[in-house]
Formats: sequence, C-alpha cells, structure tokens
Amino acid sequence: MKKLGLIVNPVAGMGGRVGLKGSDGIEILEKARQMGAQPESPRRAVEALKAITSAVKDIEILTYSHEMGEDEAREAGLNPKVIGTIESGATTPEDTIRAARDMKEQKVDLLLFAGGDGTARNIYAAIGPSIPVLGIPAGVKIHSAVYAINPRSAGEAAVLYLQGQAVNIREAEVMDIDEEAFRAGRVSAKLYGYLRVPELKKFVQSVKSGARSEKAELEGMAAYVIANMEPNVLYIIGPGTTTRSIMEQLDLPNTLLGVDVILNRQVVANDVGEEELYRILGNHPAKIVVTAIGGQGHVFGRGNQQISPRVIGKVGKDNIIVVASKDKLVALQPSPLLVDTGDPELDRELSGYVRVITGWEDMVMYRISS
Amino acid sequence: MGRDPQTLLRKFHQARWDEPIIFELSVPGERGILVPQAEPEVVQEVGNGVGVLPGFLQRKKAPALPEVNQMRVNRHYYHLSQETLGTDVTIDISQGTCTMKYSPKVQEHIASRHPGITEVHPLQDPCTMQGILEIYYKVEQFLKEVSGLDYFTFQPGGGAHAVFTNASIIRAYHEARGDRKRTEIITTMFSHPCDAATPNTVGFKVITLMPDESGYPDLEAMKAALSERTAGIMITNPEDTGIYNPRIEEYVRAAHAVGAICSYDQANANAVLGIARAREAGFDLCHFNLHKTFSAPHGSMGPATGATGVKEFLAPYLPVPRVEYDGQKYHLNHNYPESIGKVRSFFGNFNVVLKTYMWIMQHGAAGLKEAAICSVLNNNYMQKKIAQIPGVVIRYAEGKRRLEQVRYSWEKLYEDTGCGTDDVNRRLVDFGIEHYWTSHHPWVVPEPFTLEPCESYNKDDIDEYVAVLKEISREAYEDPEFVKGAPYNAASHKPLHPAIDDPELIFVSWRQYQKKKGSK
Repeated sequence: MKKLGLIVNPVAGMGGRVGLKGSDGIEILEKARQMGAQPESPRRAVEALKAITSAVKDIEILTYSHEMGEDEAREAGLNPKVIGTIESGATTPEDTIRAARDMKEQKVDLLLFAGGDGTARNIYAAIGPSIPVLGIPAGVKIHSAVYAINPRSAGEAAVLYLQGQAVNIREAEVMDIDEEAFRAGRVSAKLYGYLRVPELKKFVQSVKSGARSEKAELEGMAAYVIANMEPNVLYIIGPGTTTRSIMEQLDLPNTLLGVDVILNRQVVANDVGEEELYRILGNHPAKIVVTAIGGQGHVFGRGNQQISPRVIGKVGKDNIIVVASKDKLVALQPSPLLVDTGDPELDRELSGYVRVITGWEDMVMYRISS
Repeated sequence: MGRDPQTLLRKFHQARWDEPIIFELSVPGERGILVPQAEPEVVQEVGNGVGVLPGFLQRKKAPALPEVNQMRVNRHYYHLSQETLGTDVTIDISQGTCTMKYSPKVQEHIASRHPGITEVHPLQDPCTMQGILEIYYKVEQFLKEVSGLDYFTFQPGGGAHAVFTNASIIRAYHEARGDRKRTEIITTMFSHPCDAATPNTVGFKVITLMPDESGYPDLEAMKAALSERTAGIMITNPEDTGIYNPRIEEYVRAAHAVGAICSYDQANANAVLGIARAREAGFDLCHFNLHKTFSAPHGSMGPATGATGVKEFLAPYLPVPRVEYDGQKYHLNHNYPESIGKVRSFFGNFNVVLKTYMWIMQHGAAGLKEAAICSVLNNNYMQKKIAQIPGVVIRYAEGKRRLEQVRYSWEKLYEDTGCGTDDVNRRLVDFGIEHYWTSHHPWVVPEPFTLEPCESYNKDDIDEYVAVLKEISREAYEDPEFVKGAPYNAASHKPLHPAIDDPELIFVSWRQYQKKKGSK
C-alpha cells in the first residue's frame, strides 16, 4: 500500500480571475472575495483526484480536514485518512506548512498539492527536497516548474509514479514573483529552490524511439560547453540544474540558485551579487552561460537578475551561451524563450534566433523574444 | 461468421504460447540435420576441410548452438510468429512513415529460390554474374529517372546508413576543396532523427530547426543558422507530419547561397513518385529506402537497402565498387581515388535491389505515378474520416491537404478521458490491428500517432481501420478504465516502460542474458 499526501490550498488562484495578479496575503484575498472571486483550486484538485479513483485500492490518501483536501477527496469518490484539522474558511500559509511537515513525518510516498507559486514556496520551506512532490496547477502565478500541465495529468502522473511506472525524479524550480512589485508593474522574480518531482509521461518518448535520456543529453551538453571553453576567459555560470551539470562535470563547488564565476576551469567566486559580478568582470573577456528558468522559459530576468543589463552589455550579445534540453524546448514551443532584463532596449537587442546547445555538438535554433 | 458487417469490427484473439528461448530447448546430441559424410575422393583432396585454417582460427570447443530437431524448430518459430502481427496478417496502416505496402510474393519466391541468385558468391569474377550486375545497372537507371540525379549506389544496408553515406559524401566534397571550416549540418525537428544522428557520427555539429506555427521548418531560423560554416542541409519533404513544404526551393536556394550542399531524405518517397523530383527541387543528393517505397520488405532491421543518389559533381565520392556498363559488358569499377570507400562489404543487399527491379518492371513509369496518386488519395480519404473521431486533433496546416501520411494527436481524448496514445495503441491489438507508430522523440505533437495507408490498401481496409479507432474512442469516453486495461486478447500484455528502456534488462544474445543474469 502506497501513501499519497494531499494538500489543497483552497484560496490559490482567487486573485487571478479578478485581475489581482496573485492571492498572497489576507488583505488581497479579502479584496478578491469582495470583487466576487470564486475558489478555483478545489475544483481543479477534484479534477486531478478523479484520475486516482481507479487505482485507489492500492493507495492510501492522507490529508487535512475540510477544504484543504478532505472535501475534494470525498467529492472525487475517495475515502481519505484525515491527519490534521483546519479552521474552515480561514486557511493560512501556516496550515500548508504544518500539513506538509505532518505528511513528511507520516512518510508519504508522494505529496500531491494544489496551488500556485506561493503554495510551492510554502511546501519548499516546510520540507525542502526531502520527499517527491507534484503540483496540481491552480494558482494565478505558475512560474515554478513543479506543476503538471493540467490537473488531470497531475493525477495520472501521481498514479503512474505510485505504481512504479514513472521512476525518474527530476529537480524542478520553485520560483515566485514579488506580488506587490508585480502589481506596481515591476517584475522581481526569485528562484527559491528545487523540489523533487516525478518525470511526467507527457513528453517522455515511447518505447520504440530509443532516444537517449535527458540525463545523457545534459552530460553531452555540459561536455560540449567545457570542450569549447577558451583559456583566460571568464565564464559566468547562471543558476539552475542545467548549468549546474557543467560545474559538476568540472568538479567545481557551485551554487544551484546563484551565479558562479570560473576562469581556466577554476572558481573565481561563488554566488556573486550584481555589484561583485560587475567588479570581477572589469574589462576581462567573458562569456555568460544561462538556461531557461522556470515554466515560462526566461533566460534573463527571472531568478538570475544578478546578470544585470550592464553585465550583459559588457560581456556582449555574441558571448551568451544558452543551454537547455530538447525536452524543455519542446515543452515550451511554440512560445519563444524570453528575456526581461529590465532594459527594454537590451531586451530588443537580445531578441532573435539563438543556437541553444542541447547536447554534444547538438543545437536547436530557437527564438528569443522580449 | 466473419467480420461484423455493420460495425466492421473483428473478434480477434491472438495465440499466446509459453514458448521458451530456443537455447532452453537444446538437448545434447539432438540434431536437426545429419550432414552427409564427405566422399573419400573429396577427403583425399582437401583433408578434413578445416585443417588448412591457421591454428588461431580453429575452435578448441564446439560452439554452444542449440541442439534441436527440425520439427521442434519449426514449431518454435511458428509459435513465435503467431505472437506477432505484421503486414501479412493485419491491415498495416499502423506504421506511418514506414510505407508498409504489399510486397508481391513472386518477388520473394525468385529472390530466395532462383539459383542464379542464391548460388552466386560476390567474389566471383564479374563476367560470371552479368545478370546480377545488369539488374544493379538497370535499377540505377530507373532511380536516376525517378530522382533526376545522375548516379546511384546500392551499398548502404538501410535508410539511416544511406543518410550516413550522404553525410560522408558531403564531408569528402568540402575536404577535397580544402574547405575545412564547414563543420555544421542543419536539419529539422520533423525530419527522421537519423538526419541529425548520422552527420553527428560523421563528425558534424548538428543544428535542428523547430517547426513554425504552420508546421513548416522555420525558414527565418534556418537563414539565421546558415553561414560559411554550414556544410549542408539534410531534410525530409514531406516531413513526418505529411505536410509538403511548397517553399522547399527557397530553403535549398538559401543553403546554396552560402555554399552548402543540399541532401534530400526520401526514405519514404511514396507520395512523390513520378510527381516531383529531387533535381527540380534543387537537391544535390537524395536517398530512397528500397524497402519502403519500392516494396521490398523491411526485414525486421534485416536486409534492407538505402539507395544514395548524387549529382555529377559529387559522383567521385560515391562508395566503390560502382557497377558500370561499357555497352557490352558490366563491370565493377574500384578506381575512384576520391571515393569515401566502402560503407558495406561487397556491393550491398542484392535481393532488395532485385525486388525493386521486379516491382518497377511490374508497374512501369505510369504505374509508379499511379501508386503515388493512390497513396495520397487513400491518405486524404482516411484523414477526413479520422478527423471526425471524437478526441482526435490534427495539428498544423489546417484546411490544407497532406500527402501520404498524417501525424495525428489524441491530445483531446487524453484531456477528456485520461486515455492517451499508449492506451489506444494497446487496445488496437484486440481488434487484430498492429500497434501504430507514435512519433520519433521528442513528442513535439502531444499524444501522437502516425498512420500511412499507402496504395496497397483498399477502401474496405481503411474503413475497418477507422472503425477500430472510432470504437476505441467511444470506449474511452464511456469507460476509460476499460481502455487502460487493454490489451485483453493479445499475446503480451502491458510491459512497463522502465523495464524496456533499462539497458540492464535488455539482452541481445543468449550469452549476454546468461552473463547479466549471473548464471554463468
């Protein structure tokens, strides 16, 4: 018998329909309610849970009371074990955190949660990458890559994982945007960390195609970037698991969420801020290695703001190396890769076609747009 | 009895045998054939027959072959064959991109029985195999006409092998001119993956173009990728989507403008036989899979032929030997110093070239064109019917006609019912239909399936195939769990994906199986 943890953030997504760009914070939530917002999250959670109903005899569902999971599970025809209670109609982020910790303690095999970026952050804060999780997309902001494409595929993937049919786990970004700044028209995104998520079936190859795994592709990609590294050139390595594979292959200490700088295959500095990066750069020849961060394909301006317009300007457009797996690009298409450096003119300059390195001597022409 | 005339659905049940591996059937000393003893005169002349071999080539121990009597061997392979589905058993519209057309049995009969073919050794003096060389020569003349190109080789043993040969020729051409900067090949996401993989093996960097919103390879992206470093473009048209790119000339012209060579992957040329030629589209090289378009069987990764064709200026680089005719006799000419050399031993799989010869001779030029027209007509009829099945989505090129195949999508069915393409695929077998081809990796079209009703199938075949898909769609909407539990009537059930993808669980020989299982 496998254990599935279930957390529904019942207020996720309420701000979206009334144009409030998020639902974080009690005041905004109140405002959303006044503007007539209806809860979106429970409905989407039920949709995901219906995909689990068929396999329920092998799965025990652990959740919190009322609208935080119990109600949704029952509506989907499931009979959950309630391991904690909430005050109905007044859930808070602390409830999510408490529930996530309880479920970790109960050793659930997978934690399924419905929410948005704020919910993902809460889960990450509570339990980090300790147990596999999977998000049912229900929030206004879905910049994090921990969510399935839609509620049903979240449920399907959960079943596949618990049945041992999707055994691969990937690290997926938890990102969030400062909602207050966002409402004021500024985007300030931060990469908070990585959660462990089962690989979804959607874009995994079928039996016959015999394609290489994403891991092998990343190893080839990293080896190719390294083989082409020039002596006496600074390499600014942006955040993310894709770029981290380069540092790992070089056997160098690195910061998953930050920016590292290397020269002649040695670390110059780890986790640099913008000021420090600009100072190190001086007039040294340099290259920037970045990947698409988050679910929307940003190469600049989300989670790597340390690489600022003046840094990019100094390094030069031709010295930007973009790396990504083919799976990531396929999941993104037909949308372009995005740049949002904060300098509209630079964004325009960076737009156009770029050779994204996808493997050993293997590239895809992909469009960048602002 | 027979198929339900109303629904067109069959009641099918496949045989399921608990058949062991043939090595497990081995009984020491049991024999399938008692080999006759050599006559004394022969023994006197050659001794025991192996004594002439140097010691290091002689086995110390007999090979560990299965020792099984003939009748049991026969039963063994009949059991296995009953657990498979293929073109001779089912309506094989399933294997889109593969062109599973009928291979007339008379072709197989002659290829496998005619002593002029079965009793010939490729090292014989060419003057003793003039008939075989004549067939090579004549098929080359046919394919020159079909493609508009100037020379062909039949050495490559398959389609990807021919694309590898093409990439090697492109490299040799630039090298011969002293142009060593050209290190890049451009291909497209919907071309066969060998158009990326084989140039990579040859040593090129490969740049792939994504489809644009209409499903064509992104021309602007290609223009951005082209430079003095581009050695060539290697693309398909129509691509796996079945969409013909009417602006192909622009792509070729843009590539030529920077000095790149244009190679046309025509593995599946079924839609354009006698209609459109590589030369008119401006290509410098092409290749045909004789085991698709020209009716020879695929042979289960066995004997196949990828015929590579080139324009005159690339002819010096073709593999040797080349078959030539001086007006009286056919020759094998090895004397091409700039040749890329051999890509396969001797001169390729003759039996495939022979079947191609017979197929073309049976059809004539008009027949080839008619085959292309029928294959496109069949596909258009089938697409129209499949488009009406609930749950099916057809991406790209809305309102435009496809050529010989279509990459469909069960995206909507998956969203509505949770049954995806793998679920439908498993259910197909319950109606006596072979598993269909989904898509090459990665799945750009979600929940894909690719069908190709080439000219061999008639309206009744197509109607039955469509009826099966329609029935599975109905089942998925009414009882998705039932579809997910399929197959119910097949030889093998639901193999788990990790088990198939895990190299540790794949054994390609009995010795490897024993080694990995640790039994020896």
